[in-house]
Amino acid sequence: MTCFLEIDNLSAIIRGSNDRLLRSVSLQVNIGEVHGLVGESGAGKSMIGKAVLGILPAAVEIVEGQVRLDGQDLFALNPNDRRRLIGTKAALIPQDPLTALNPSRRIGAQITDRLVDILGWTKHDAANRAAELLVEVHISDPERVLASYPHELSGGMRQRVLIASAFAANPQLVIADEPTTALDVTVQKQILRLIRELQLRHGTAMLFVTHDLGVVSKICQRLSVLFAGKIVEQADVAQFYSNPGHEYSKALMVATPKYTEPLTSLMPVDESVISAVTEEIEAADREWRGA
Amino acid sequence: MRLLQILLLRLAMMAITLFGAAVIVFVVIRVVPGNPIAMMLPPGATDEDIARLTAHYGLDKSIPEQFVVWLTGVLKGDFGTSISLRQPVMPLVLGRLPATLELSIFALVLAVIIGGAMALTGTRFRGGRTEAVIDVANGAGLSIPDFLWALVLILTLGVLYPVFHISGRISPSLELPFTTQFYVFESLLRLRFDLWWDLLKHMFMPALALAIPLAAIIGQLLKQSLKETMHLDYVVLARTKGYGENHVILFEALRNAVLPTLTLIGVQFTFLIGGTVIIERLFSYEGLGNMAIDAVINRDLPLIQGIVLVFALLFTVVNLVVDLTYALLNPRLRNA
Amino acid sequence: MRDARGTVRRKAGLKLWLSGGWLALIALLTLAAGWVSPHDPLAQDLFAGRLPPFWVDGAEPGYLLGTDSLGRDVLSRIIYGGRVALGVALIAGVSTAIVGSVLGLIAGYYRGWADAVISRLVDIWMAFPPVLFAILLIAVLGTGLWSIIIAIIVIDWTRFCRVVRAETMNQSQMDYVSSAVVAGHVRTAILWREIGPNVLPTIVALLTLEMGIAVIVEAILSFVNLSISTDAPTWGGMIAEGRISIHQAWWVLVCPLIVLFLTVLAFSQFGEGLKDRFDPVLR
Repeated sequence: MTCFLEIDNLSAIIRGSNDRLLRSVSLQVNIGEVHGLVGESGAGKSMIGKAVLGILPAAVEIVEGQVRLDGQDLFALNPNDRRRLIGTKAALIPQDPLTALNPSRRIGAQITDRLVDILGWTKHDAANRAAELLVEVHISDPERVLASYPHELSGGMRQRVLIASAFAANPQLVIADEPTTALDVTVQKQILRLIRELQLRHGTAMLFVTHDLGVVSKICQRLSVLFAGKIVEQADVAQFYSNPGHEYSKALMVATPKYTEPLTSLMPVDESVISAVTEEIEAADREWRGA
Repeated sequence: MRLLQILLLRLAMMAITLFGAAVIVFVVIRVVPGNPIAMMLPPGATDEDIARLTAHYGLDKSIPEQFVVWLTGVLKGDFGTSISLRQPVMPLVLGRLPATLELSIFALVLAVIIGGAMALTGTRFRGGRTEAVIDVANGAGLSIPDFLWALVLILTLGVLYPVFHISGRISPSLELPFTTQFYVFESLLRLRFDLWWDLLKHMFMPALALAIPLAAIIGQLLKQSLKETMHLDYVVLARTKGYGENHVILFEALRNAVLPTLTLIGVQFTFLIGGTVIIERLFSYEGLGNMAIDAVINRDLPLIQGIVLVFALLFTVVNLVVDLTYALLNPRLRNA
Repeated sequence: MRDARGTVRRKAGLKLWLSGGWLALIALLTLAAGWVSPHDPLAQDLFAGRLPPFWVDGAEPGYLLGTDSLGRDVLSRIIYGGRVALGVALIAGVSTAIVGSVLGLIAGYYRGWADAVISRLVDIWMAFPPVLFAILLIAVLGTGLWSIIIAIIVIDWTRFCRVVRAETMNQSQMDYVSSAVVAGHVRTAILWREIGPNVLPTIVALLTLEMGIAVIVEAILSFVNLSISTDAPTWGGMIAEGRISIHQAWWVLVCPLIVLFLTVLAFSQFGEGLKDRFDPVLR
């Protein structure tokens, strides 16, 4: 299996400060593989995805490391080339379907624009492709949806549209940024299944960002556990669930509610574990600054 | 269907507002201490003459009576006769209206171009020195009223470096083949670009003076809206598709950011039209505003009424157009 | 990381000092006009006509900013003209603020038919081009200082009313008002004692803007010769005279214009500076 996305020792800071948001992150995702990024809110999972796609907030600066997409060093390219590469080979499934669609443009235009403007397709071909994609995401009346505006669709429908849009240009890497967090519970399972289906069918490499360990077990082959921007454990999923290595990972697993078992009590991650990890992080920071 | 309902409601509101305006003007003017009739007659006129003329203009009746007379006349299309110019009011007013309309619209176009350019440039190069300069320029435009800009322009571009004309609508030496008073429009239709250019050279400074305050408002508000919109998820998503900064600003952010600015432009445009009163005077531009000042100085009641009504009508029409445009551009309001 | 709060505060401080300084200067000069002014503003001297300001060739000492066609000292006329300008600004500005704010508070707090009536009134009012309205009112009220002041109040109260109404409605929904209601305070008392002070910063900022506008309105009216009825000089009147002899004696137009420009700018920047300084968010 060939490696499509390689992140090597990536560190990022808030401009003007010394605090790292990403701490020497390294991971690889192969073609056809789904890699989970797990952690609590604020752990930096989304930040990694944004760094790859070039949409980090203006206040965040990358200070170390490389990101290689299909063998090409992203930061070595000039901004135009980088943008083109990302636009043609990668895609994002965003978190919030309510805000991720332009309210003033029709759905069809928002799926076909990349094909026409960046990839040079004809409008006709692009329109057909958009209809095909909507069928793929199980939307029964694609023509009506293509002509609609975002506010006319439900949250679940919008997320399907966004998924379709992500796979439109046959990307080799898709980054799914907590794609079910903003949805109703009843819809979440459907959408997850849909994403898995498309990923398998298209053979895409996928970086799946989530805070839900349960989801990871169903979709991912490998995972990285993040705490405060540092990967504390990286493993194959099968191995991880039977025997998690790191204390923090164990605590996370315990804290995850298991819907099959009766609810005894909600267990937050233990304080001692947090302090242990925090010490680990501080040690890593000292080493980094010293270097 | 809904759109029609909105339209009818607005028209009804318009009628009420106009009626209110008419009443106010009517009452206010009738309180005038000076006697316009006496001002018109040569010295030595007898009391009889004065009484005759007063009756002729219907000024001897009681105020409510005068109002009814005037109102019925208006509904029939008769707006009375100008006391100072001795001609029917409506043709006089309609004769000057196109000049003011052309000037106002030219000013609006300038304001949108200048303001839009400032907002877009400030957004494109945000966070740096360019944006700071634009902010200062906007600040100046916002604090100085059109009257002062007009004077500054006259001094700099009219006297010091005479590039543009500072008086009149068109060079007096030119022969005009026009049938309507819409000079600019007609000169284009007739392909008389020499005339069109001359007209523009005369209109440029008054229009610019009128435009600057509005341009500053547009520049500031639109830039703010754009900068906020740039943080929204769908704009960020567009970047991942491979689009560059320029495209993202123009084609993703702009159409959403422009909406709040639009309503403001509508309101401010009415202020701009109001500004033509003094600006036309400054540039001796033969428009409605200029005529209005003379009418007031001469206490020409019928003419004042006619002019004020036309202005009020203009304002309400502008507000209506703005509301309709907003409804059209915002898909959420269109079908709901 | 740069402290946004600090930068804005520093800029606000600078704005306040510069604009406040200019306004104080003008105020002082006009108050002490009798002592400070080098000449009698009305004194004509046809032999000293059209003298240029001191930095141009041909100037004469004693006439710092030159003279106009009738030999009157431009500087003195500007100083005396300032009396009219600032006097109108102060009285008209404050009065307009009071009238507009009271109506705005009532409309925004009591809502109901009071709001309906006042809002409709504001709409109708705003259908008039302000300048035309002003000229109209002066024609009715006759010329004179009080006519101008009344005209400004009558025309511009809507500016305060709209803003104060919106702000009052905004504040009415806040928690401190609900707690006051729950605590059993009388509605009127709540309006004046709770909401009033919170709307005050907005009113004050708007007031400085209004004073700048009043100066402009007075200038425009004196430009078209509808201002005060005496021979006392006004900035607008000087500009009108200067416009005529613009090619021969440009300073007669330029000097009062610059003073007018700076004064109006100072008022608005002072208001901006106040707003920035007292913006509760930045505090």
